[in-house]
Amino acid sequence: MSNKMHIKFTVNGKVEEFLAEPRELLIYTLRERLNITGPHIGCETSHCGACSVTIDGKSVKACTMFAVQADGADITTIEGIGGPDDLHPLQNAFKEHHGLQCGYCTPGMITRATKLLEENPNPTEEEIRFGMAGNICRCTGYQNIIKAIQHAAAEMNAAKEAAE
Amino acid sequence: MIPAAFEYYRPKDMASVLSLLEEHGDDARVMAGGHSLIPMMKLRMADVPHLIDLQDIDGLSEIEIGADTIKIGAMVTQMDLISHEGLADAAPILRETALQIADPQVRYMGTVGGNVANGDPGNDMPGLMQCLDATMSVIGPDGARDILAREFYEAAYMTAREDDEVLTSVTIPRPKGGHAYEKQKRKIGDYATAAAAVQIVKENGVCTSASIAMTNLSDIPIHSPDAEAALVGTAVDDAAIKAAMQAMLGDIDPNEDNRGPVAFKNHVAGVILRRAIERAWSRA
Repeated sequence: MSNKMHIKFTVNGKVEEFLAEPRELLIYTLRERLNITGPHIGCETSHCGACSVTIDGKSVKACTMFAVQADGADITTIEGIGGPDDLHPLQNAFKEHHGLQCGYCTPGMITRATKLLEENPNPTEEEIRFGMAGNICRCTGYQNIIKAIQHAAAEMNAAKEAAE
Repeated sequence: MIPAAFEYYRPKDMASVLSLLEEHGDDARVMAGGHSLIPMMKLRMADVPHLIDLQDIDGLSEIEIGADTIKIGAMVTQMDLISHEGLADAAPILRETALQIADPQVRYMGTVGGNVANGDPGNDMPGLMQCLDATMSVIGPDGARDILAREFYEAAYMTAREDDEVLTSVTIPRPKGGHAYEKQKRKIGDYATAAAAVQIVKENGVCTSASIAMTNLSDIPIHSPDAEAALVGTAVDDAAIKAAMQAMLGDIDPNEDNRGPVAFKNHVAGVILRRAIERAWSRA
């Protein structure tokens, strides 16, 4: 056992403070300590992307970061993106365009996609495929995921134009 | 997949990093983005009783484009290389390579310093840096020193950097001519079956200089002066490319693994080098 460390960060706008061993991976902190179970554990080897979260503006696989590394950081999970009563356009598009079957990869997919659309609000199909390459889905064959992201992008751009 | 217990440090300056390295010796490792080291710790293939996180050290994340050289701080991420506007003009091969490393999430975290210092034969930056004739700058208890990328790699995971030294930056001469980083991989996130970094200068239809290095075809990156010599003075026609491929094949030493047997790797290495030369030449 090593010494526990004091860790403080913000998750979905809420400050969280706790003591943890340095070896505690962020995905376990989120899921088991903070009960934020949207980010999933798929492969646990930084391949599948089911654990994707946004940390200080970067898409990160939470299975490949120690919680202590995120001390002081600002973290967003799927829970901070939208909920049943206020679906994010991406969540709505995945629902409308059947961008999921079992749904296991979906929180990571949508969390990653929010960042992709933030950096590139008008991606081509190829850019979506490249930008989502860190997230694996074993059900859909990706076709409807691409479609959902394209529709969400169009909807978000239209809403932005209407607001201007 | 829980790593063995360790002590974690996040020092604010390089002097503190060096003193931790001195205090703990072989038991300490520095970490940049952690996307090579953490997976190894989770598999318990790397035992790191004292982990030193470099994220709070100032001055390691800059990209400086000078008249003759480009200096890249060790903590510059692959994503920084991809999104840096000046770099896309000054050294487009950096962006082309970075885009072929792992996947988006890994590129946000993975750094140039980690990629070159780790010494993993599968990493793409070491071969690239040999192609670009980079200089690695390290700092240790006896001060700073520079090591040529072409002399940096000794064996898999063994480099000229001493255990008590930290790699701080990589400096390259501004690349000239056409470029290509060509990589064959089985899937996104995989290491190369074979990859080639090529930079070629063309004057009046003739190749006046060429730089060639190969990735993951030996336990160290392979810079191939003989392959370069096969192109210089030619119009980079089919005969010259074949001669370069032949020379390169004499320099690499691939191992059989789950990416294929040796004969297949030699075949892919040739194909990849041909593609890289043709693409670099078309851009020269």
